[in-house]
Amino acid sequence: MFDTQTHKDNAVESKATKIECRDCQVYYGDTHAIKDVNVDIEDKTVTAFIGPSGCGKSTFLRCLNRMNDTIDIARVMGSFKLDGEEIYDKRVDPVQLRAKVGMVFQKPNPFPKSIYDNVAYGPRIHGLARNKADLDEIVEKSLRRGAIWDEVKDRLDAPGTGLSGGQQQRLCIARAVATEPEVLLMDEPCSALDPIATAQVEELIDELRQRYSVVIVTHSMQQAARVSQKTAFFHLGNLVEFGETGQIFTNPEDPRTESYITGRIG
Amino acid sequence: MTDATSSGASPTTKHATSLLAADDRTRRRNAAEARFRGYGVAAIVVAIMALVGLVSSILYNGSSAFFQTFITLEVYLDPAKLDKKGTGDPEEIRKVTTFGYAPLIVASFEKLAEEDGIAVDGLTAKKAAALISKEGAADLRRYVRADVNRVGQTVEFKFLASGRIDGYYKGRVTMESAEIDNNISPEQLQLADQLKEAGLLKTSWNWGFLTMADASENRPEAAGLGVAILGSFYMMIIVLCLTLPIGVAASIYLEEFAPKNRFTDLVEVNISNLAAVPSIVFGILGLSIFINFAGLPQSAPIVGGLVLTLMTLPTIIIATRASLKAVPPSIRDAALGVGASRMQAVFHHVLPLAMPGILTGTIIGLAQALGETAPLMLIGMVAFVREYPSAPPEGFFEPAAALPVQVYNWTQRADPAFVERASGAIIVLLVFLLIMNAVAIILRRRFERRW
Ligand SMILES: Nc1ncnc2c1ncn2[C@@H]1O[C@H](COP(=O)(O)OP(=O)(O)OP(=O)(O)O)[C@@H](O)[C@H]1O
Ligand SMILES: [Mg+2]
Repeated sequence: MFDTQTHKDNAVESKATKIECRDCQVYYGDTHAIKDVNVDIEDKTVTAFIGPSGCGKSTFLRCLNRMNDTIDIARVMGSFKLDGEEIYDKRVDPVQLRAKVGMVFQKPNPFPKSIYDNVAYGPRIHGLARNKADLDEIVEKSLRRGAIWDEVKDRLDAPGTGLSGGQQQRLCIARAVATEPEVLLMDEPCSALDPIATAQVEELIDELRQRYSVVIVTHSMQQAARVSQKTAFFHLGNLVEFGETGQIFTNPEDPRTESYITGRIG
Repeated sequence: MTDATSSGASPTTKHATSLLAADDRTRRRNAAEARFRGYGVAAIVVAIMALVGLVSSILYNGSSAFFQTFITLEVYLDPAKLDKKGTGDPEEIRKVTTFGYAPLIVASFEKLAEEDGIAVDGLTAKKAAALISKEGAADLRRYVRADVNRVGQTVEFKFLASGRIDGYYKGRVTMESAEIDNNISPEQLQLADQLKEAGLLKTSWNWGFLTMADASENRPEAAGLGVAILGSFYMMIIVLCLTLPIGVAASIYLEEFAPKNRFTDLVEVNISNLAAVPSIVFGILGLSIFINFAGLPQSAPIVGGLVLTLMTLPTIIIATRASLKAVPPSIRDAALGVGASRMQAVFHHVLPLAMPGILTGTIIGLAQALGETAPLMLIGMVAFVREYPSAPPEGFFEPAAALPVQVYNWTQRADPAFVERASGAIIVLLVFLLIMNAVAIILRRRFERRW
């Protein structure tokens, strides 16, 4: 905790904290999947979560928009504050929260509907568009930001499930940004993408950073180094190290972090 | 392995044999596979043979029920008989009983004998008139009552031939059997042959089998499935209207919303158990609750429908839950992830994907209910019903029959002509089941989408 603070002070520019997590614990039944995690996710910043498989990156990410609510055996404890408001408060409707904190999942999961409807669904249920023209505009803008517009603009009525894996993932990204979330959680968004699409998505992430806060889980050290300003390293449910990306990759403090980024564990 | 290669000598090492000759292991594996396939094919052959045997025997016995022997006669609607007072008052004419029409038919046969010479020695016109079904006079009466101005005219009327005559042309009755049969004599059969030669007796397609009501023991030729089809149809409407909403709502709640705890576990176990409860138990339940306690009428489609609903509900809930479960959770996550509520996720995304499964389950449940006999017998649907129930909703509360019970009823009767009727009814039942299954397949095709 003290470490984090020092890094923050070292930061070139200090930004407002968007999500503040304190003493977070997650249990799956008896399995303790997240242990005592304290993280501050900053606004207008890309935060990368790295760590070996099964260390709890996805689990922690899902805490941030209460997707763990859907898992019966999952129990979440600790304090998560979005803009100072406790998101696990009884009065919070997870539906409203998820409109603010969007998510792109590890596995592409487009709706079995048309490409257009996939993107338009969020804006429709949140009433973001006043009319059809509005909606068309949102859809086009989102698909452009998802770096997939050129590939699908002629077949918006085709089913989203008929796209290739990488295209599906970009469609999911477009769907997530269509609702204009304030925080975007991305769980390995590029694991199914080719280098070109990956570059496009990274560009998108960089662009999103201008306005939102982005949290990205990735297994690619290079990607974490390229897109993020902050990096958190998880290991066996613990947050081992959290700080400036440059710092973590060049001068890690924990030996476990060092062995992971140099490829010795994980 | 390393040893073998380094010594360079052993051709018996694991993979050193030729690919062209199968080794022992492979041969044994292939033999096992061939045997297994053999069993599979044998099982399918047995199943198909059983099915073919069943269907062909039913078709063989029952298809003749759709054809019936008719006798066309010229009938003089004698005012002296139908309008004895000569007032021409329609009310008076309507009052003439079925009994009063019998002499008209006898007269027709007398005329046939005199004018056309169609007669058999020693066979009185009265006996000859027995060639016509006992239902014939009633039919004629209905015809006259429909328009009393017909009195005084000579009309051509198509009568049902009696069950024995019909049986004669279907091979059930022979000259020999007629010798010892009180209901028919060889002379009558000879007369029938003469009528046939004169073109007055014909065997033709019989819509009446599908539209007429049941008939009594000694007039099988007039028995039809009309009331039974209507009753079964009404019950299916009730079952569909109750099970689909209740079943789907219950399944959605249990599958998508209910917390997983002891209580829901208990509910779940009980639903599975209900699906295995013998149907006759539901009949007893229906008898005691719907008829004895709630006071609903006996033999009514509403009671049958409610009992079948109870019976079908577990089937539909199980099928619906299975198809909801089959929808990948990633779809729910996706919907929740863009900020849909749980209900929106279910109704916008999960339910449409589960729809083919739900519809198939529902139709299979309905098909099961359509063929169900035991519980309906307990609630009095075995009764002999001649009156068509009226249109819904009142019709739901009036006595009706049901297809499978009608089959059972007919097999219980003495006259062999009813065997043919029962088989015919089974054909009708099977056709309905086939149609329902076809609809299930079509719906599944239409709604099916990949994800
Ligand atoms: N639904 C669940 N039920 C029970 N245990 C779970 C569930 N989801 C995750 N876990 C457990 O929680 C731990 C963390 O899982 P998590 O999915 O967060 O890992 P991860 O870091 O995202 O891994 P990966 O990089 O492979 O995606 C694992 O040990 C896993 O077995
Ligand atoms: Mg993960």
